[in-house]
Amino acid sequence: MSDNLTLPAQQGSTGASTEALLKVEGLTKHFPIYGGFPIKRKVGAVQAVDNVDLTVGVGESVGLVGESGCGKSTTGRLITRLLEPTGGKIEYAGQDITHAKRKQLAPVRSEIQMIFQDPYSSLNPRQTVGTIIKSPMEVNGINPAGGREKRVRELLELVGLNPEHYNRFPHEFSGGQRQRIGVARALALNPKLIVADEPVSALDVSIQAQVVNLLQKVQEEMGIAFLFIAHDLAVVRHFSQRVAVMYLGKVVEVGDRDSIYNRPRHPYTHALLSAVPEVAMDDESENRERIRLAGDVPSPISPPSGCRFRTRCWKAQDKCATEEPPLVQIGGNTAGHLTACHFPEEPTVAARSEDVVLDPALKTLENDGDVTKD
Amino acid sequence: MLQFLIRRLTGAVVIMFLIGAFTFFLFYTVPQDFAALSCGKNCSPENLAVIRENLGLDKPISTQFWEFMSGIVAGRDFPQGHCSAPCLGVSFQSGEFVWDSVIDRFPLTLSLTVGGLVIFLILGLGSGLLAAWKRGTVVDKIVSGASIVLSSFQIYLLGPIVLGLLVYSTGIMEFPKYHNFTEEPGAWALGMLIPWVVMATIFTAQYTRMSRSTMIEQLQEEHVRTARAKGMRKSYVFFRYAWRGSLIPIVTILGMDLSALLSGAVVTEFTFDLAGIGRLAVDSSLTKDLPVTMGVMLFGAFFILLLNILVDLAYAYIDPRVRLS
Amino acid sequence: MSTLTKTEGEKAPTGPDSFLSVRDLRVRFSTEDGIVKAVDGLSFDVERGKTLGIVGESGSGKSVTNLTVLGLHNPKTTTVEGEILLDGQDLVTTPEKELEKLRGNKVAMIFQDPLTALSPYYTVGRQIAEPFMKHTGASKKEARERAIEMLTKVGIPQPKTRVDDYPHQFSGGMRQRAMIAMALVCDPDLLIADEPTTALDVTVQAQILDLLKDLQQEFGSAIIFITHDLGVISDMADDLLVMYSGRAVERGSVREVLREPRHPYTWGLLSSMPRLGGSTSQPLTPIPGSPPSLLNPPSGCPFHPRCTFTDKVSGDRCSTERPALGTGRAAACHLTAEQKQTIFIDKIQPRLR
Repeated sequence: MSDNLTLPAQQGSTGASTEALLKVEGLTKHFPIYGGFPIKRKVGAVQAVDNVDLTVGVGESVGLVGESGCGKSTTGRLITRLLEPTGGKIEYAGQDITHAKRKQLAPVRSEIQMIFQDPYSSLNPRQTVGTIIKSPMEVNGINPAGGREKRVRELLELVGLNPEHYNRFPHEFSGGQRQRIGVARALALNPKLIVADEPVSALDVSIQAQVVNLLQKVQEEMGIAFLFIAHDLAVVRHFSQRVAVMYLGKVVEVGDRDSIYNRPRHPYTHALLSAVPEVAMDDESENRERIRLAGDVPSPISPPSGCRFRTRCWKAQDKCATEEPPLVQIGGNTAGHLTACHFPEEPTVAARSEDVVLDPALKTLENDGDVTKD
Repeated sequence: MLQFLIRRLTGAVVIMFLIGAFTFFLFYTVPQDFAALSCGKNCSPENLAVIRENLGLDKPISTQFWEFMSGIVAGRDFPQGHCSAPCLGVSFQSGEFVWDSVIDRFPLTLSLTVGGLVIFLILGLGSGLLAAWKRGTVVDKIVSGASIVLSSFQIYLLGPIVLGLLVYSTGIMEFPKYHNFTEEPGAWALGMLIPWVVMATIFTAQYTRMSRSTMIEQLQEEHVRTARAKGMRKSYVFFRYAWRGSLIPIVTILGMDLSALLSGAVVTEFTFDLAGIGRLAVDSSLTKDLPVTMGVMLFGAFFILLLNILVDLAYAYIDPRVRLS
Repeated sequence: MSTLTKTEGEKAPTGPDSFLSVRDLRVRFSTEDGIVKAVDGLSFDVERGKTLGIVGESGSGKSVTNLTVLGLHNPKTTTVEGEILLDGQDLVTTPEKELEKLRGNKVAMIFQDPLTALSPYYTVGRQIAEPFMKHTGASKKEARERAIEMLTKVGIPQPKTRVDDYPHQFSGGMRQRAMIAMALVCDPDLLIADEPTTALDVTVQAQILDLLKDLQQEFGSAIIFITHDLGVISDMADDLLVMYSGRAVERGSVREVLREPRHPYTWGLLSSMPRLGGSTSQPLTPIPGSPPSLLNPPSGCPFHPRCTFTDKVSGDRCSTERPALGTGRAAACHLTAEQKQTIFIDKIQPRLR
């Protein structure tokens, strides 16, 4: 396969060697909450995305991972301008599109496309596949050589569907095939950047791989940059050259794939990786660290002060509550591997001498019953 | 909760005021001389002027509005005497205070509503629950079929049939008539029985269908399945888990139906020749008796707002998610 | 964890240890479009105190099977044939009244989405206490105490006050803990967990899975763990059953099935799934096509339309003859044992690097 795209760590990481296609600085989105008495007023905000920096190079695939409520989907919607940012800056190909109006945005809109999670609700059931894929071209007044219909047939073939199915309706297709239609629609305008929001998580395991491979083919052969948003760390690892980990609206760690998955520094990245249930193919892969956090993610309405992860972190100290750790390259990291942590972990995912178990119920059960895992 | 109630009540007062203002301007800005209407065909200019003065129509519109609105809150004086709050003005036709004629008709409307309500709630919800419990059986099919047939009936069709059978041809019962409840409760019940039954029949059919379908929907809910997986009895799951969730849509529709009935059951009243609020409304609009029309409308608006608040309170009682957020 | 490596054929159809035995189970629904064969000739055993994992995609019949075990299917539209023996008692023929006494008592269930699976109208405490009162005859006060005890056990902070909370006041992970507390309140012999962590975040999932394992040690319950996630099953189960189109296609210990799989469908699942430890330069190998319709399942082996090894079987056996699943460690496939081994070593294993 195209090994040239599996870049060595140093190169893909910085984004310095590749030209930045998308540059996001200090991106912030707060959803206001109204309430109060006797007159309703703004009483707070869901800090969905808070001061996020991110770059996507030309043709690069960047993964955005995190758990529900971490703001990864909101970030995707801000970048595609489906949502209006509260603050920060979105630069696309050197052009500031943060608050661009509809008209100014038109040329950019066709270059940034989105693929959605649910292939059932994101396709209009009353339109034929042909109409669905054709409509972005019509809206943007694009007339490809040979006509739009010919182009649609080419696209259908490209995504692995029968071009004869031009006149069929979405309900005649399976979930995986519908997601292919979604991909064809996104490709209709020859985009330079595709924001894919959980594109495979609604699909069955055996179908997921079909769509992942299709997206990978599109990315590699057509040189389209991807922002791949997903909660499945293994899928993101498979697809992305660089990965950003989000927690409660913040990017806590970013770096090339190898750094994030093999040499993570942020305790949350460690916890996340250790929580992924992995099919043990051999005894070696069972030698992973075991970290069990306590409780769930706190509310983004009143996130913890300082470092947002500190309330669930085993390394937290007073400093973590008062001072927000900056996202920087810390000692021992390769270039482009940035971590927002005052007390980073060792850069390894191997098993520790003692498991980190914060969950009170697990602690009690494992100490009482003497079932401590080795 | 208290905060919620205060907010809703304040809101209701504001809306009542707006409705009052809106209806006032809507009616009083139409190019029609109400004094002439009130005066009749052979009207001398002198008479007209007197009537105009009596009705206050000679004053500027802003003054009229002020008098109308302050009358509702504090009462006002008319040549025929003091009209105490809430004063809705004077009928062009009868010269009576509007509030008095509305309040005069209200016991009948209230009797009709409450009696019908009791019957259609018991029969409608009962048979709906029965059909849901026996879903797919003969019982369900009979109940569902009957409710579809009955709900396509109309009061003006069913009423005369029942009257023909029970009153005109056999004389088993007397023609419906309103008696004062506190004075002669027996005669009251007997006199209202036919209207109640006829009106309730139509509603029963609707409530049967609604409660059956919401119950069936609720029985598919996952938490209902969980309750069964815990080993709870079928009847317990049915009444404690599924029924609780069915209450929300039922209460919503009930609130709308009740406010409509309280502001006048026009068809029922005409079918059985009963003089309730509905009749008053229709009569006043036929005779262009504007103050009465407005009065009835405001009266109805009051019930719509009141029941809206009651329905919201019921939601909070039924569903802790509403109560605690 | 999964250290029990049994030698083949050891597991007799109704072994002395098997506590739940399902024999030739067939479940059919009548729908407007026709008869859905949701489960078609399924047999399996669950041993006391052990965890049986059932893995399969949507429509494989894995959830239906377990609703049928508890008798929670709709009796009017469903026909159930075969035997479900729980401690020797056939649940298929057991009347509803008797089943009610077993449910939540001897056999309990945990569902996928704790938000919809708990009633929004009653407190968490009441929902935990209800089955305890029903099955043990405990008083309201005793049941409440028990609910608090269970909440403590599953790690709900401040259980004495949270017992009076409603499910919507709990976070997702806490709701699933409450659900576990509810399922274990009567100390069941068998716990059926239907995708219990699918709706949860990965760090919360890890907590809940470990909690289930630890509680199993304490309560000694057998678990049927249903999931589509091979990673989760690898972590949780002792034995594994792979289901496809309403049938079991492979069975064995978790270690055997995941490390030396013998069925082309299992091969497909493993090689289509990215892993944290896998190679990133190697593309995934998806299973071609889509899962079959249960209205009109393929003839012969249900997997044959998607199988890439049918040419290795002589004649048209794959499309005409349904392969049997033997007892013990087995795969329902017409390939010979030797073929399975060579194909796995030559073609499949390199993909799993």
